[in-house]
Amino acid sequence: MLVVITLQGITKIYRTGEVEVTALQGINLHIARGEFVAIMGPSGSGKSTMMNILGCLDTPTAGEYILDGVKVAQASRKALAAMRNKKLGFIFQGFNLLPRTTALENVELPLIYAGVKRKERREKAIEALKAVGLEERIRHKPQELSGGQQQRVAIARALVTGPSVILADEPTGNLDSRSSEDVMAIFQKLHEQGNTIVIVTHEPDIAAYTRRIVRFKDGRIEQDEALAKSEEAPA
Amino acid sequence: MNIAESIRIALKAIWANKVRSFLTMLGIIIGVGAVIIMVAIGNGASKNITEQIQGLGSNLLTVYAGYSYYEGEGVRVMRSAPTLSLDDAAALEQGEHIQAVAPLVNTYGEVVLGSGNTQGSIYGTTAAYLKVRNKEMQWGRFFTDQEVADYKRVAVVGSRVVESIMGSMDPGIIGRSIKIENVPFQVIGVLKGSSTGFYYEDDIILIPITAAQLRLTGSKEVQEINVQAVSAEAMQSAQEEITSLLRKAHKLAPDQGNDFEISNQEDILKAMEEATRTMTMLLGGIAAISLLVGGIGIMNIMLVSVTERTREIGIRKAIGARESNILGQFLIEAVILSVIGGGVGILFGWGGSALASRFLGFPAVVTVSSVVLAVTFSALIGIVFGVFPARKASVLNPIESLRYE
Repeated sequence: MLVVITLQGITKIYRTGEVEVTALQGINLHIARGEFVAIMGPSGSGKSTMMNILGCLDTPTAGEYILDGVKVAQASRKALAAMRNKKLGFIFQGFNLLPRTTALENVELPLIYAGVKRKERREKAIEALKAVGLEERIRHKPQELSGGQQQRVAIARALVTGPSVILADEPTGNLDSRSSEDVMAIFQKLHEQGNTIVIVTHEPDIAAYTRRIVRFKDGRIEQDEALAKSEEAPA
Repeated sequence: MNIAESIRIALKAIWANKVRSFLTMLGIIIGVGAVIIMVAIGNGASKNITEQIQGLGSNLLTVYAGYSYYEGEGVRVMRSAPTLSLDDAAALEQGEHIQAVAPLVNTYGEVVLGSGNTQGSIYGTTAAYLKVRNKEMQWGRFFTDQEVADYKRVAVVGSRVVESIMGSMDPGIIGRSIKIENVPFQVIGVLKGSSTGFYYEDDIILIPITAAQLRLTGSKEVQEINVQAVSAEAMQSAQEEITSLLRKAHKLAPDQGNDFEISNQEDILKAMEEATRTMTMLLGGIAAISLLVGGIGIMNIMLVSVTERTREIGIRKAIGARESNILGQFLIEAVILSVIGGGVGILFGWGGSALASRFLGFPAVVTVSSVVLAVTFSALIGIVFGVFPARKASVLNPIESLRYE
């Protein structure tokens, strides 16, 4: 079993003036390659903070975070940007595509920052859009696409760099149930192809697609359960 | 990520906000255009004045009567005294560095021919005037030294005088009798129109100095003596020669100051060039301020743009844009705005200079240096005023940017 994410004693404390808020308290977590994990918990449980740290958007106050063999807990902002670009694929609740920019260009964007040449970039982007079933829509701009299609473009964008982990923050939160099923079917497929996926959600229906559910409460892991279909035991 | 990609992204952003981008550029367009036009006008004026002064006559020195200056407390007071005479002019002709001498008396008066009349400057002078002042004849001839000696009532007139009293440029004026301050004179020649652009150069009536003194001014006074040196190199020697000849003629003791003033064409030229240079710098300076204001406009719009695109910046950062990428994107956007603005400004400046030439009556001269200066300055403004907003954009926290609505 190859461990992709290792968290050891991750603690995050926010200071607002005199008040200290402990968002995460000594989190220990291992996620192996190919796992499909749901992070659940009520609001204020620390799951968003968890997501930001996993996504290299934020650094922990204390603890060790090893992503794909690289220690990122104390990394510089520049190093974090490189991690986000090469090792992570982000999917947001609000899609977060660039407006007035075609699906193809949106998907190419991470490759631009990775310094991939134009021709190769285009090929990879088209390939990623095919993987989410949007090869017919590559010249469309976000405002010309439905919510479900926009989220699939976002998935293609997360996928295109071949990341170690795909992180999705409430990916179906803005979608109707029909589109949610489409999107989750894609995640299912990506999981079967061997991608490591972490989804933050509060919907049990969505979590049910995954193989492992990690429940947060008050900044701690309350429960870590493997679902029946899981091929691998959680660490 | 290379520069070409950054430029492409910046161009896309500019194109996505066409109206706003244009309005932003307008400040730079006007600024660059104004710098080019102002400097062109300044240069044109300078060139024009230089040509005019050179057109007054080559190697020309002018001796003014009794103009001695009293200097003190930063003021110059001019006192005049009737100290020059025709004898002085004759004396100056002996100088070895002096080629020609034309004494001058000047009065202003009415010229009448039948029902036509005009006001003009009336100069009494000698035959040497034509040569000393670089004048040419349009029709007829200039008066001779003999006619001067004989107090002949003959006149040579400028082209504008002909137009005024005849109604048009009519060679029929030759041989006609005109009344200058009620004294009849016969017209024997018309001067060719002046090339210098000084209108008053064509508004003159030239008569023998002897006749002018006798009939018009009623005194033996000579107001100025125009002296032509043998060459440009001999100007200084000629000036010294004039001083010594006149001091001798006026029997001045060594401790007495000169009772005349010599004005050197070169000195006038230098003073005028200095004045126009100052004017050019002043105009350019004012225009540069508008360029600066244009730069602040760019900064303003870029700051708005950063706020407006906070979410975009968050997205870009989340998918791996480094701070330097974001900094570069916004900086390049600002520089492109100002460089395009600068380019359009050059065209605007060029067109504006051409238009200004029509109204000014002399050509405004667009110099390469002013174009280079304006463009460099506008690119610099793009960088300087782009850095602050770009810096602001690059250090935005990605988590907060993504939450920004």
